[in-house]
Amino acid sequence: MNVSRPFRLVATLALAASFVLAGCSDDQKSDKADHTHDQVEIHVSDAWVKAADSGMTAAFATLENDSEKALTITKVTSDASSDTQLHETVTAADHSSMMQEVKDGFTLEPDRMLMLEPGGNHIMLMDLKKPLLPGDEVTFTLHFDDGSAQDFTAVVKEFEGANESYESHGKKH
Amino acid sequence: MKAMEKSTDSSFVSRRRLLTTGAAVGAGAVVGVSLDRALASTPETVVSLHGAERIAFHGKHQAGIATEPAAQVSFLAFDLADGSDKSTLVRLMRLTSNSAARLTQGDPALADTEPELARKPSRLTVTFGFGPRFIKLAGGVAPSWLKPLPSFSTDELQDQWSGGDFVVQVSAEDPVAVSHAVRVLSKDIRSFGTLRWRQDGFRHAASTVKTGTTMRNLFGQVDGTVNPIPGTKEFSAAVWADKGWWAGGTSLVLRRIAMDLDTWDPVSRLGREEAMGRRLSNGAPLTGTREHDEPDLEAKDALGLEVIAPYAHIRRAQTDDPTQVIFRRPYNYDIAPSGDSTSNSGLLFASFQADVDHQFVPIQQRLAELDMLNEWTTAIGSAVFVIPPGCEPGGFIGDSLLG
Repeated sequence: MNVSRPFRLVATLALAASFVLAGCSDDQKSDKADHTHDQVEIHVSDAWVKAADSGMTAAFATLENDSEKALTITKVTSDASSDTQLHETVTAADHSSMMQEVKDGFTLEPDRMLMLEPGGNHIMLMDLKKPLLPGDEVTFTLHFDDGSAQDFTAVVKEFEGANESYESHGKKH
Repeated sequence: MKAMEKSTDSSFVSRRRLLTTGAAVGAGAVVGVSLDRALASTPETVVSLHGAERIAFHGKHQAGIATEPAAQVSFLAFDLADGSDKSTLVRLMRLTSNSAARLTQGDPALADTEPELARKPSRLTVTFGFGPRFIKLAGGVAPSWLKPLPSFSTDELQDQWSGGDFVVQVSAEDPVAVSHAVRVLSKDIRSFGTLRWRQDGFRHAASTVKTGTTMRNLFGQVDGTVNPIPGTKEFSAAVWADKGWWAGGTSLVLRRIAMDLDTWDPVSRLGREEAMGRRLSNGAPLTGTREHDEPDLEAKDALGLEVIAPYAHIRRAQTDDPTQVIFRRPYNYDIAPSGDSTSNSGLLFASFQADVDHQFVPIQQRLAELDMLNEWTTAIGSAVFVIPPGCEPGGFIGDSLLG
């Protein structure tokens, strides 16, 4: 799946407009979760996980840096998987796209938002501990380079898309 | 390996820039509206747009009951899968409440594959209700009235329009908003059960008649004049339950009433007015001049006959018990006829009341015994649901049962 830049820009604008005009209707859960650690600097919204019985799946969310400084997310952990990775989309010259792990993490400058979305950057859950059923809730912890951490909760949704191939070891999963 | 271009940067977006751009887009939209209005020239054709209008989802009561009815409705009933238990139902209600909370505010649902269709909610409401089996699977206590209605002599009920474990009422001014919400919710629900029936209905389109105007059914009758007014004590007493986990909720009775327009055709205007006991022109009782005039059931004509006939619908619906009140929220339906028939039309008779047995059943019993309108109307579907109270942000509909 390959998302063109103009399309993404439009989608992002629409999303941002909804934050401004309407606020966000589903922020409660992430807001609640934000306070479990001492730092509340990343605003997490629209968090969800693709349902899967076993193996791997992906999580998506919008992360906004509400602080005055750049924040680097070095890793993400989850109660649903012992191997959770940050992934990015890379586009080949033939416009096909592939996913690969981001070893250095994601850095968010102040006043920026990072969209984790199907076809783009996302959180990868390897070797699920148990089936993730629609409506389940999964807890994630964002770990920052200064040693702090922040939790958020994502709801599991059935989803037919996000079936991208992965670059690791040159084989498709 | 082929050359790769990192796309990471493109998903980091400056929020400040978004705000600026958003404002510019907003200004453009305003200019657009002004231009439309300028072109429209006459005051009568100036319309306000309903797309952005929103009804709050969270609160003490679910929306879509006391809410002024919007033009379009879809009722969907589902049969839950065998083996569903309380934890299954928690997941179901968490998912569907989340989607409803977002869509009603004009925000795409999570994992929404058509997010653009969510942007104009146009007074979208989503109302959830539980049938007897839902409560049983949840291991909860059901209200004593949560069961099929007693069978009435005039019923010709069909399974395809009756019963169900879980009901969703989706309503909005814009049919596109209804369609998208139905699609999103159906995708949320499909791993929990199967669609039993769907019933779509309509009233006048937005801005066609003044807000609060009693609707007309497809017999041309003003339908629903005597109805408690949302916000009044009478409405609260009639509609909202005050005990059990469903306190703050109510019941929904949905009856599909087939209306035979073909046999109605030969009936004269006089005959039509006598059957109802009201005038066709404005819904006034035959003893009055205005819609909300109190009918005088004692009034006699020159021949000594009752002006409002013994068989008139409004006389039969009348009760001396002031607590026997229901809140009607009906919609018309008109779908493709089959065979030789030229119409397949009727009424989605939706009513909300705190206690079905005490409020709805006695009224329906009297109408089944005698009501001239039975000549042209037949109940072909019937379902009863408990409507849970509303939920707060962070909660979900049904959390007082499932929590």
